[in-house]
Amino acid sequence: MSNLVQAVEANWYEASARERITGLLDAESFVEVLGPEQRATSPHLAQFDLTGAFDDGIVVGRGRLDGQQVLLAAQEGRFLGGAFGEVHGAKLVGLLRAARDSAGRAGPRAVLLLLDTGGVRLQEANAGELAISEIIHAIVEVRSAGIPVLALVGGRAGAFGGGGIITACCSRIVVSEHARVSVSGPEVIETNKGVEEFDSKDRALVWRVCGARTRYLTGGVDRYVKGSIQDFREAAIALIAHSPPFKLAVLKAEQQRLSDRLQRFGDCRDAPEIWRKAGLPEPEHIAEISDDAFLAIQRIKGADHVAR
Amino acid sequence: MSLDDVLTSLFPTGHQVERGPAGTLHGLAKVDGHGKVTVVGIVGGTPLGVDAAILLAGHVLAAVEAGDRAPIVFLADTSSQNMARRDELLGLNEYLAHLTKSLALAGAHGHRTVSLLFGHAAAGAFIAAALSSQSLVALPGAAPSVMDLPSISRVTKLPLEQLERLAKSTPIFAPGVKPLFAIGAVTQTWEGGQPFASRLADLLR
Amino acid sequence: MEQFQVHGTAKSRAGGHRRQATTGVNASGNLEVLVERVLPDHECQVEVATAVAGFRTVWEAVIEEFFERTSPGGLRFSINDGGARPDTVTLRLMQSVQLMEDEA
Repeated sequence: MSNLVQAVEANWYEASARERITGLLDAESFVEVLGPEQRATSPHLAQFDLTGAFDDGIVVGRGRLDGQQVLLAAQEGRFLGGAFGEVHGAKLVGLLRAARDSAGRAGPRAVLLLLDTGGVRLQEANAGELAISEIIHAIVEVRSAGIPVLALVGGRAGAFGGGGIITACCSRIVVSEHARVSVSGPEVIETNKGVEEFDSKDRALVWRVCGARTRYLTGGVDRYVKGSIQDFREAAIALIAHSPPFKLAVLKAEQQRLSDRLQRFGDCRDAPEIWRKAGLPEPEHIAEISDDAFLAIQRIKGADHVAR
Repeated sequence: MSLDDVLTSLFPTGHQVERGPAGTLHGLAKVDGHGKVTVVGIVGGTPLGVDAAILLAGHVLAAVEAGDRAPIVFLADTSSQNMARRDELLGLNEYLAHLTKSLALAGAHGHRTVSLLFGHAAAGAFIAAALSSQSLVALPGAAPSVMDLPSISRVTKLPLEQLERLAKSTPIFAPGVKPLFAIGAVTQTWEGGQPFASRLADLLR
Repeated sequence: MEQFQVHGTAKSRAGGHRRQATTGVNASGNLEVLVERVLPDHECQVEVATAVAGFRTVWEAVIEEFFERTSPGGLRFSINDGGARPDTVTLRLMQSVQLMEDEA
């Protein structure tokens, strides 16, 4: 039989959750927990006439990154938009609590969250929302135990809703150009507030408001990488050693950082206004230039920080 | 219940809670057997945006810094997260996360944290204002939700009547205190006509 | 939503020693296939859960042709379908067998 199985996917955006894991971690080091053969599926989708996924759209397990033990979760953004349902959320909470409980010399060096989510799965809205809250609390506990939690965002769904909030609870965040990190989706803002407030069909606007480049330049995320899985791997390895702990001093620094941002840019309604105020070169072109040219720009003052 | 009724019922001997900018609330009060409590809140049905979130987080962190482990009571009569281009541009996700993390830090530092909901709280505001405390109490008037049924209907393309019918047999998606209590998001419900002060004192124990 | 099984007999056992493999995603126009080596050598089976009802005979034809072509003895295939076309179904099934037979 000719080889039907596709060549190894190198691009994060195009890759499935499992392909991202394979490319991210050390070869053959990943051991999945609650894999598809366990059939931990959603008990709620059938009443909505929906078929499910054998892993409920999230892959969790342990592996090695550059020789170091890590725990990992990867959302499949193409299954129901990577949204949080009851089982999906429980798998992630369980993974985080396992990290917390095994913290120590023999425990994981980091937890990697490959987020690709539109937020809560509406058919399981209450369970999804509660899960998101439990995930946030668990991330705080893992960080408090001295284990960095890294968010890696660059897929089709982005990190919206509760996913956007979870992202900003992580120690460090890596994004690629495709990523959007936000709370309300553009369509929701348009539906509620009108097209003047947010034209959700204006893709360029969506990326200027929610996209990776804006988040990176303002310090909302920590690394902006070109889109290969290898790029994410290198960034994750580098960031593990530079992750802020979870403690009062760090949150006070975060309070200062976020207050400063509001003070300086609180009257801006679009990204180029921020870039202009911050003195960045050619504000109108920042969205269009190549990744190489973009990475050469110095971020706004305060964006290079060790808070969160 | 109005905010003043809630405050009177919680703190019958008086309080120093005041309204601040962006719909926020802040001040000290006393609870029998616990001494001082820090009160914060988002009220008046005001959506929770970047301006309110940073103020509230600041109050919570100040309480932690005071180091006295005084309980923190979060009053909520809000809406959803602020749906505004400006807030998203400025990184609303970071501000809501920061408020949530600050409350989690407070809990870890020995401050008992309780959210008392007496109005709406939806989606991101539900996470940051209601679910981020150790306990969530629904007072009369509480209307927690992830998303209202008509919006769920529009987004999922499922008929509203089907959703309403399904909501009768499962607590897994519909808005309201009842289903959210059933799945464990709401810890207690307090009926009107009882003094809240003693119930709060019990809860903080 | 429809669920059904298609049973078959195979002339030979599927090669390789892998116990299970998974391929595809339950997304629009796509399908997720979980394959497990859990049946006797000359049996094969496909369990289908599909969001699109009314095409059972098409599924049966596609699956029976797949059984005939690949003789996947011992393998049970479980599918979560998001409305894939028959050629995509065939492709995923073939990919899953290849994963099972791959000793690399």
